[in-house]
Amino acid sequence: MSFRILFRHAAVAGFAAAALFVGMFPASGQSAQQTASTPPSDKPYTVEDGNKVDPKTYNGYRRYHSICHTCHGPDGLGSSFAPSLVDSLKRISSDQFEGIVAGGVQGNNGGNIRVMPAFASDPNVMDHILDIYSYLKARSDGALGRGRPERLVAAKTN
Amino acid sequence: MKMRLKSVLCASAVGVVALAAGQASANSELLKMQKDPNQWAMQLGNYSGQRYSELNQINKDNVKNLKVAWSFSTGVLRGHEGGPLVIGDMMFVHAPFPNTVFAIDLANGNRIAWKYEPKQDAGVIPVMCCDTVNRGLAYADGMVFLSQADTTLVALDAKTGKLVWTAKNGDPTKGETSTAAPLVIKDKVYVGISGGEFGVRGHVTAYDTKTGKQAWRGYSMGPDSDILVDPEKTTHLGKPVGKDSGTNTWQGDQWKIGGGTTWGWYTYDPELNLIYYGSGNPSTWNPVQRPGDNRWSMTIFARDADTGMAKWVYQMTPHDEWDYDGINEMILADLDVKGKPTKALVHFDRNGFGYTMDRTNGALLVAEKYDPAVNWATHVDMATGRPQVVDKYSTHKQGEDVNTKGVCPAALGSKDQQPSAYSPKSKLFYVPTNHVCMDYEPFKVAYAAGQPYVGATLSMYPAPGGTHLGNFIAWDASEGKIKWSVPEQFSVWSGALATAGDVVFYGTLEGYLKAVDASSGKELFRFKTPSGIIGNVNTYMHGGKQYVAVLSGVGGWAGIGMAAGLQEDTAGLGAVGAYKQLSNYTQLGGVLTVFSLD
Repeated sequence: MSFRILFRHAAVAGFAAAALFVGMFPASGQSAQQTASTPPSDKPYTVEDGNKVDPKTYNGYRRYHSICHTCHGPDGLGSSFAPSLVDSLKRISSDQFEGIVAGGVQGNNGGNIRVMPAFASDPNVMDHILDIYSYLKARSDGALGRGRPERLVAAKTN
Repeated sequence: MKMRLKSVLCASAVGVVALAAGQASANSELLKMQKDPNQWAMQLGNYSGQRYSELNQINKDNVKNLKVAWSFSTGVLRGHEGGPLVIGDMMFVHAPFPNTVFAIDLANGNRIAWKYEPKQDAGVIPVMCCDTVNRGLAYADGMVFLSQADTTLVALDAKTGKLVWTAKNGDPTKGETSTAAPLVIKDKVYVGISGGEFGVRGHVTAYDTKTGKQAWRGYSMGPDSDILVDPEKTTHLGKPVGKDSGTNTWQGDQWKIGGGTTWGWYTYDPELNLIYYGSGNPSTWNPVQRPGDNRWSMTIFARDADTGMAKWVYQMTPHDEWDYDGINEMILADLDVKGKPTKALVHFDRNGFGYTMDRTNGALLVAEKYDPAVNWATHVDMATGRPQVVDKYSTHKQGEDVNTKGVCPAALGSKDQQPSAYSPKSKLFYVPTNHVCMDYEPFKVAYAAGQPYVGATLSMYPAPGGTHLGNFIAWDASEGKIKWSVPEQFSVWSGALATAGDVVFYGTLEGYLKAVDASSGKELFRFKTPSGIIGNVNTYMHGGKQYVAVLSGVGGWAGIGMAAGLQEDTAGLGAVGAYKQLSNYTQLGGVLTVFSLD
């Protein structure tokens, strides 16, 4: 591992150096890191025609399916070892969501140990946390179906 | 050591001749054991990785009478890959995290002789990319070797389960984990590393079987001294690799987080004294961010088993743009390739090409698609060894933030790690395959140690025109042709077994153990085990009776899409509704099921 690379990316991500020591390896019960962003509204997304979404929600789709989906399954539907976020977001607030993503969580479901890592030091997650929430909230509210949405304001065509 | 060895073996009904001598080295002991069909001494059956058994008590005429003899729960609910070892009277069964090991006494009513459960920080669980799988144990010299999820390699006394030594092979806080089964050759145990999705730099490391002391480590990329190549003597398709081959196709220091992990299988040719394995994808999945061929990711390595020095290498997928890890097993077989007797290496790569090579010198002899759906490359240029990439499916050419559609195969490959079988009797390879395509959109990511370093989003769906996600095929590696192909509703994620009884066994994701006719693929037997099968089928003889054993326990990469099912493709190529949710067919649960005729 190169500390130079690590540091450069960390700096780009706008993290204080101290943040690197938070959640480098998942510790259970780590409290949420407050982000400087404005709190999301109850309905942070825009969905038109069933599958056209605002750029932030689209970015959330993309980031989710790069990292989160390896445990939480395609389209937030869960896997054989991690819960469906389409269900979870019906119960937890955006603040709780951010807290769990930043700090991680451990649980035990009928003998199946479940561990979610802390992403506080991961710029690929934390810099996009509101977008990821926006995407998952749209899925959870039933506003957005399965599969790849289209960008309402697309920089490039798909 | 000798005493322990002797007592283990004396207890064995079949008796292992090498032991009585007392002076026998681990080398000759394992060399003999891997040829003894009564035992299943290593994960791939023998050093050649053929997963073939000479046993023929169960054959194509009577296999329909197969019944469950006994079963055993591992108590773990995650994905169960690999399979049990059978050494004399003792069966050794492993489980995914927490990596429990059981020694089951076959001569005493399958009583648990001992159980070992390591204490590992649960923090390793989410650092594993695709479930907490483990592909099994190795046995040698009276010891059982386990490579734990947290990369601790342990040697256990095979008789008592007591810890003999431990060695730390990696650091999970940097995303380094372990899923592969170790392999023992002579006085060394070899183990790889996982974490290609975390920017880990892959390596294979040899440890002394008696002390756990590191003997050598060969990285996949980096300076010549790290990757153990001789710039003049190590060859790539017959030509010396030259100086700095592990750094000069990378931009700057990117090789330091270059991936090329080594989580697959290792095979060995005792005459050539070469160990064979493949390296995985370069990190990140965004190809635009890492220009160059990214050597030696996606590469077949042939290394001297004693020194680790590479004799030859072959990079199958230079500058990967699709996550086509090259880690699948390298099967060693002596074949007539296009009429010429050849010491061959046969490899079914994730990228959809079946390769036949001369294992003595790394010459490329055959490279053909083993799934007709493969479209990302037209063919492999036999002079340069390079796949001829189709622009439309090049995620690099299409670029960052562009969704490249309809790429076949998907990232999980035309075949993943589930090992194939080879029957010297039928001269055919039996290959469990995926029949899945994908859309792939790369984008810029930042590296942070111990955090995912992926940089692409993808969606997967059935290959065009089909209603099934897998095939079980028979392959002629001399010609590079499919002999027969049996469609399967889901990807075939179980390792195959071929036997002298002209029967081939494999498991399915719904949980069926199936037996098919080795010459035609015709189904002869099926039984629904308690959970989906991603483990490998084994066979052994005990008390004069042939048994077939397989671990059930759905999970792994196959389990990620289990709850949801794959979506319909965005390119409109696949059949609508082709994928039915796997969760409608099976649920979690680690169980070993053992079959016999009566």
